[in-house]
Amino acid sequence: MELTTRKLLTIVTESALEDTLVHDIENLGARGYTITDARGKGGRGMRDATWAPHANIRLEVLCDADTAQAICTALRERYYDNYSMVMYVGEVVVLRPEKF
Amino acid sequence: MPSVEPVILFFVLGAIAGFVRSDLKIPGVLYEALSIFLLLAIGLKGGVELARYPLLDVVLPALAVVVVGALIPLVAFPVLRGVGKLSSADAGSIAAHYGSVSVVTFAVGASYLARLGEAAEGYMTVFLVLLEFPALMIGVLLARRGEQGTPWRQVIHEVFAGKSIVLLIGGLVIGWVAGPGGIAPLDRLFFDLFKGLLAFFLLEMGLVVARRFGDLRRAGFFLVAFAVLMPLAAAGLGLVTGMLLGLSVGGVTLLATLYASASYIAAPAAMRIAVPQANPALSIGAALGITFPFNLVVGIPLYHRLAQHLHHVGA
Repeated sequence: MELTTRKLLTIVTESALEDTLVHDIENLGARGYTITDARGKGGRGMRDATWAPHANIRLEVLCDADTAQAICTALRERYYDNYSMVMYVGEVVVLRPEKF
Repeated sequence: MPSVEPVILFFVLGAIAGFVRSDLKIPGVLYEALSIFLLLAIGLKGGVELARYPLLDVVLPALAVVVVGALIPLVAFPVLRGVGKLSSADAGSIAAHYGSVSVVTFAVGASYLARLGEAAEGYMTVFLVLLEFPALMIGVLLARRGEQGTPWRQVIHEVFAGKSIVLLIGGLVIGWVAGPGGIAPLDRLFFDLFKGLLAFFLLEMGLVVARRFGDLRRAGFFLVAFAVLMPLAAAGLGLVTGMLLGLSVGGVTLLATLYASASYIAAPAAMRIAVPQANPALSIGAALGITFPFNLVVGIPLYHRLAQHLHHVGA
């Protein structure tokens, strides 16, 4: 079994951004993504998901290092000033590298 | 206390539960389901009523209501900028919230009138639908004057494909096509259960308002005053417009309620995309934290009383 490393980019942000964000990351080269509803607390206060304007999502992308870098740079530029957004990148081992 | 509308007490209960930090929580899916139900039911009811009127009788008053309604954000914006010293992004966003309407406030107004046996023109729901979006567009224009790069396509999609417009218009059309006879088999679900489910929804709104009360501290005195005075001024505009259009006491009350109400579902979603610089805590804090409960508890009975009075004087 072949094991290869890829980047796991995780973005936690406002659910209002879901559509635009999906559009952005696909344009930047992501070949897939996973979105889950999320809630928590951060610099912009409690985001408890009790109703739409206070709901968060967690968007995860498995991709190569260049794509992760490109997405991080673009999203930081576009959204960090005005939206609640946290991004982090980790290294993970995947089974089918050609997919990501 | 015969004059207290019982569904409002559910709102109060939710607010109290929120303030005492009860573990009461309405699951998000239930909230979603309830809002879908309410929007559809309001649309259907309006559609059934609309079928009773020749379409032309509705078009001209609707046009007048929309044109006059556009004054609300246009008046609110300079006040927010000049008196409140807010940025144009915040002022435009808040103006859009107040120019747009709250479906739940309308529903509470309608059930308040129904309980008193006060009839209203059935086509008020058409006004509700038409008043949702012009103010959002005006607010975005005001907030972003001279700026490039407004994502208009996305904003328009957000507004017109948003669930509130889809369900309200969808319900209206279904009700209108089916007519009272056709809808009769669905009455039990959509009309008989309406008030109970509205009560459920208001319980949740009480919880949300209580949890967000902290936002109001950031809003400051000006915005608190604005959130009470703006609906009163807008209701005045609604009372006069309703009288000039020759609406019944119920119709005048509902038009005043519509003008007085501030959107806190469609507007926040659209503004977040269209005017990202605007602080949502300010607009939602004012619209939901103050104006919504104010209209529920004080506004609707007051607008009704004034509508009665105007009709009395007019007669």
